[in-house]
Formats: sequence, C-alpha cells, structure tokens
Amino acid sequence: MSREIYEPVIGLEVHIQLLTNSKAFSADPAEFGAMPNTNISVISLGHPGTLPFFNKRVADFALRLGLACKSSITHENIFARKNYFYADLPKGYQITQDKTPICTGGSIRIKTADQTTRDIAITRIHMEEDAGKSMHDQDPYDSLIDLNRAGVPLLEMVSEPEIRNSEEAYAYLTEVRKLVRYLDICDGNMEEGSMRCDANISVRKKGETRFGTKVEVKNMNSIRNVQRAIEFEIDRQIALLESGGTISQETRSFDASQGNTFSLRSKETANDYRYFPEPDLCPLFIKAEDIERVKAAMPPLPEELYQNFVSTFGLSDYDATNLTDSKPVALYFNQLCSLTKNYKAAANWVMGPIKSYLNERALEMEAFPLAPEKIVELIQMIDQGQLNFSVASQKIFPILTENPASSALNIAGEQNLIQNSNSELINEWVQQALLKYPEKVLEYRSGKTGLLGLFMGEVMKLSQGKADPKLANTLVKAALDAR
Amino acid sequence: MTVDEHLIGQLANLAKLEFEAEAKTEIIKDLNRILSFVEKLNEIDTDGIEPLIYLVDDSPSGRDDIAHLQISQDEGLQNAPKHDSDYFRVPKVIS
Repeated sequence: MSREIYEPVIGLEVHIQLLTNSKAFSADPAEFGAMPNTNISVISLGHPGTLPFFNKRVADFALRLGLACKSSITHENIFARKNYFYADLPKGYQITQDKTPICTGGSIRIKTADQTTRDIAITRIHMEEDAGKSMHDQDPYDSLIDLNRAGVPLLEMVSEPEIRNSEEAYAYLTEVRKLVRYLDICDGNMEEGSMRCDANISVRKKGETRFGTKVEVKNMNSIRNVQRAIEFEIDRQIALLESGGTISQETRSFDASQGNTFSLRSKETANDYRYFPEPDLCPLFIKAEDIERVKAAMPPLPEELYQNFVSTFGLSDYDATNLTDSKPVALYFNQLCSLTKNYKAAANWVMGPIKSYLNERALEMEAFPLAPEKIVELIQMIDQGQLNFSVASQKIFPILTENPASSALNIAGEQNLIQNSNSELINEWVQQALLKYPEKVLEYRSGKTGLLGLFMGEVMKLSQGKADPKLANTLVKAALDAR
Repeated sequence: MTVDEHLIGQLANLAKLEFEAEAKTEIIKDLNRILSFVEKLNEIDTDGIEPLIYLVDDSPSGRDDIAHLQISQDEGLQNAPKHDSDYFRVPKVIS
C-alpha cells in the first residue's frame, strides 16, 4: 500500500486517576474495588442543596506532574461545569477545568526505535472529577449504575498532535505510566481503568501542512492495545482516502478481540458541553509557596535516577534503563549502592538473581523478602573471596530468601560453603589433579591448552566447589606451565 | 444569533426533551424575546475590562484529604426510582 506517502498525526489524551484517600469534591473514599455504591455521599450522588468541597491534595498531585513535565503552572484556577446527561453523572455536569488548566506546556521525553530521544510536547494538564460506572451487560432491560467512582479525582493530560507513529505512542504512554508511578499519584493500571487513553488520529500526505480530519478512538485497556488501535486506524484511513473516500469526524471504539475500530458516534451530532465557570467553587490560587512545598516533597524522578546511575555509579545505558523501569527496583538498587561501593555487583544482583526470583514467582519488588543489607553481605563475601558468585546466587541466595532473618554468613557456615582461598590447600588439590592425569599433563604441555578446563574441574571437585575459582585457575595454570 | 427550528431541535436534544410543532413556535418566540432583552447588555462599552467571574480575590479553599463515610449504601439507594440491593437501575442506555 501507499503508506509511505502518508504521514499519521497522533495526539493522546490520558486520564490519570489520582491515588487520593477521598474524592475530589467530597470526603467519601476514592479507593477502587469496594462493594458497589458504598463509597458515596450526598455530594457525589448530586443531591439538591449539597456543595462541592475541594480536596487540596488533587492540586498537589497536579503540581507534581506539572513540575515533573516542566509545565507552566497556572496561578488562578477556575473550575468549570461540563454539561451533559448520562446516567452515571448524577449532577448532570462534570466539574472540570476549561479555560484555566492548572498546567500548560512541558513535555514527556521518549526513546524512539533508533534509541534517540524525542520530547513530546504537552498541551495541558487539568483537574476534573470522574463519572460513575455503567454496566450494560448484566441485565436484559436495565443498565446498572455504580457511583463509587463518581467524583474520584482525575488529571487529564493532553499531548500536542506530534506523535508520528504507533511505536511513539507506545513509548509515550510507557513513559507517562512510569512517571505517574514514580510520582505516587496514580497506580497506572490501564486494565483496571485507573489510567485511560483516548487517541486522536488523522493522516495527511507528506509535505501537507494542514491536518487531516481526525478520528477519536476510545476504549483501549492496555498500552499495547493503544498501539494496535492506532495501527488499524492509520491503515483504515489511508485505505479510505486511497479509494477516493473522505474521513468523517467521529468517535470510534477499539475492539480488542477483532483488533479493529468501529464507529460510536459522529461528531455532527456532537455534544455541545456548554462549559461555564462553576459557581459553587471559589477560584483556586496556586501561590509560589505551594509550588515550593510540592517541589520540596517531590519523589525522585526516573530521569534523575537514570542520570545518577550512569554518572555516579558508572552503569551502562542499558543497565541504568533496566534498573529505572520500575520505581521500587530503582530505589532498592539505590539503597544497595548506599551500602556498598561495588555498584556493578549490586546491579548484577538486582538484574540477575533478584529479578529471576521475582519473575519466577510473579512477584513485585515490594514483595522481595530480603533487606538490602543481606544482599550487600553476599557482595562483600564474594569481594573478600569467601564465596564465588555461582555458589552465592545458586546455593545461598535460595536458602536466604526462604529464611530472610538468617544471614549469608550463617548459611555459608551451616552448609559448609565458605570458599577456600588458602593457596597452600588449593595447591595440594592442584598437585592431586595433575597426578591423576599424567598423560593429559603431557598433552597440555605439547600444546593442547584446552585441557586446562579438565584440571580446573578436578580441582573444584576435590574442593567440593569451595576453591576460589580465580585463584585455583591461576594455580593450575602455573603448575602446568612450570615443567 | 437567530433562533430557528434547527436551533430548538439542538437545544431539545441537549436537554433530552421533545416538543410538539406548535410548542416549538412558541419557544422560538420566547427565546427571541429573551435574547433581545439580553442584547441590551451589548450597548455597554466593555473594552479593556476584565470579565468578573468571582467576587473573592482569594479564599482558603479546600480541605485536607481525609476520607470518611456519612451515608450507607441503603441510604444512598433509597431515593432512586429503581434499584436493587447494590445498584441504581436505569433504562438500558446501550443495547
């Protein structure tokens, strides 16, 4: 197909459900997963005579995200009503921000396929409340409404339409999810809907400066599905244009089982939301001291940790990227590095035995049983020649994770695993090994140096695996080379 | 702004209301009267004047993020025209 002559233009709107205790404008709990219609109040039910009361933490969380994206912060924030009728919106309007989003500008840095970085500009981040949840498939005649989510605080983050393909969209969302998790403002769970994404997609011929007609795609419950929906939509739009058709401005839904999108509603009958300033709430003023307070309490950001891992700890780009993917992993590694100077060993322990342990058990880092001190003890024992890495990781580490209160030294002692770095003793084993295979010694000396492994194996066997392999290797080689 | 049948149709749609043809004629007349009344405001010169939305300059707005429940599920559901033990029930929105 003539995909090469077209250029997709993609903008993403991400809804970020905030991890506050209470709702945005009322004190009922904001937690996910409660029994239906138990986290409610007269305010979130929209009863007459009730007034919204703003949760200050919502603004703090918005500031965290805005500061992390280097956005400009709006001083005077006016809430607005967005009016529409739907059964899961009891008041008949959503409290949101229209003309004065709390953050404007800023960007999200993504890594593209060729490993270069690109900054995707952010148009705005604004605060709003979520609607309730409707279930249409539980009953033949009724839709069921659960208002636990009604009033839960959201940030809506809108990107500029400068994402050029589905891989960039994937990278952008991965970065946003990582960021909100690092900031402790959202759990970033797209499957449960605590992070949601709508994609605005259009295509135009390369060189064209005007945008094509855009289509909004909704209902993608994973980052991968956003990528799939964009791929499908680009193909659909190009095929339509190539066959002489025109794109109609509409909202489409993604069907994950079919991998396609279908029309939900056309924009000709578009809702006119009739925004106007919310008369029930005073304007919210963000002062310099609010910004300073939020800045002072900012959690570490992935970008900062990455830079630190590379420049202070001397890690490679690959290792530093790997270790900053998840905040708990990055913080654990950071703790290790505050206890040992052997940063490379710390990185290897986290990316090797610890990650395998977690993967095999499908656990998150938070569930890892060992305190950083225990890993540092293993690193030190290896550095001091008391253990080698394979004994430490394959014999001691599994026992230690079962008995987190124990210590590497205790286990090594009990299991008789302390490595022998006594060169006299090792030399005895070396002599025994050489005596055992006199003709192999001759072969080695006539040039078959590959036989070194045979002698090494014999020494390790004689030592029951406890000979320091580096030292043993040197001694075996020395004994063979000395005629 | 001209008030015509098309606009009444749009407004009715947004308000989820339906009107008979003769009611529509009446509404067009009423709305036009309201609009021409409000038009009077256009006679005032507002050049260079910031719109005044709120009368407060600053307000210690906001509460701390502390959750507490004040009504039960039963109390929440009791006023709904239709509900079961857990949910509000409404006529099916999507078939």
